[in-house]
This record gives sequence, C-alpha cells and structure tokens, in this order.
Amino acid sequence: MRKSVAWKRYNQRLIWLSLAYAVLLIIAVYGFKHRLFGGPASYIAAVLPALPIIGMFAAMGRYLVEETDEYVRMLMVRQTLWASGFTLSLATIWGFLDNFDLVGHIDGYWVMVAWWFGLAIGGLANKYTVGDGGGC
Amino acid sequence: MENRLRLLRAERNWSQQDLAERLEVSRQSVNAIETGKYDPSLPLAFRIAELFEAPIEEIFVSPSRRSSKAI
Repeated sequence: MRKSVAWKRYNQRLIWLSLAYAVLLIIAVYGFKHRLFGGPASYIAAVLPALPIIGMFAAMGRYLVEETDEYVRMLMVRQTLWASGFTLSLATIWGFLDNFDLVGHIDGYWVMVAWWFGLAIGGLANKYTVGDGGGC
Repeated sequence: MENRLRLLRAERNWSQQDLAERLEVSRQSVNAIETGKYDPSLPLAFRIAELFEAPIEEIFVSPSRRSSKAI
C-alpha cells in the first residue's frame, strides 16, 4: 500500500523521538546512579526521558492533522480511540486491584506501553468492523 | 452508502488505483467508498461528482430516498 507523505513524516518524527528518548534515558540513569543531580535539577532530570514520549503522542496528533486522506485518517482516529479506551480501562482496573493488594504495583509510565499496544488492538478492531486494518 | 462508483469507473476502464490517483486519495479509500463501507465527506463527494461530471445524487443513492422507495 502507498504510504502518504504525512505517514512518512510521522515515522521520521518517531525515529528522532526514539533516539532522543534513548539518549535522555541514558543521561538520567547515569546521572542518578552517580548522584550527579540534586534539588530541583533531579526533578528536571527525572522528567527528561518523558518529554520524547510526550512528543510521540504529539506526533500522532500532528499526523492526524496532516493526513489528507480522510478515510485513512478516520481509521487512525478509531485506532487511537481504541488505544485510549483500552489504556484507561486497564489503568482503572489495575488501580483497584492494586488498591486491594491483589496485584503488584506497576510504574505509571507503563501506561504509555499499554497505549501503543492498544493501537494494535484498534487496528484489529478496524479489521473486524470496517474490514480494513489501516496503514499501520 | 449505496453508489454507482464501480460502474462509472468501469465505463472509463479505470482501476481503483487510477481513480484514487485522480482523487488524490488512497486505493483503500476508493475501495471503502465503492463497497459502501465508508461515506465520503461532502468535499470528497463533490470532487468525485466533478471528476465524473455528474450530480452527486446520480452517483450516490440518498439513504432517505432509498428507504422511502422501500416503503
């Protein structure tokens, strides 16, 4: 299938953001391991790896704005809705299970991983409802 | 939405890819519209109508008109 210009741009942004994430994560881990940060700087250093991840969500939003093929855009919007619904449901269920000490505690940033997994679920949902998994 | 897109395309010997390129959309979009799985927006419906030089209602069957005929 022909990939749109917007889709290519989105993938390029993801590659750069992934590289930035790897670099910032290494800096943060190294810095905390060697006690290089203190006071307010430690908060900034801890948040740094989150910024490229936020950028990935923004890149998705940018893609939805830039995609000129309305049908492909509709498929991706459905996928993101599935991903968001899946992630919010999972986080809510896990929160209650955790609250009653029935499961172990999970770090909050796993929500991001769940959301990307939710995108794949959205692709399958598109396949079975619209008959088209989309371009992803 | 029911439509005559496949017929109009066949009259011109256009493949779905040919039509997609003329409309500047993906082939999967043309397929989804042809099979009635996706209703195009008004701007895209107008582009289709202008390409085939026909009024929109000659290409797309109005759902309300279709149901009133059934009654």
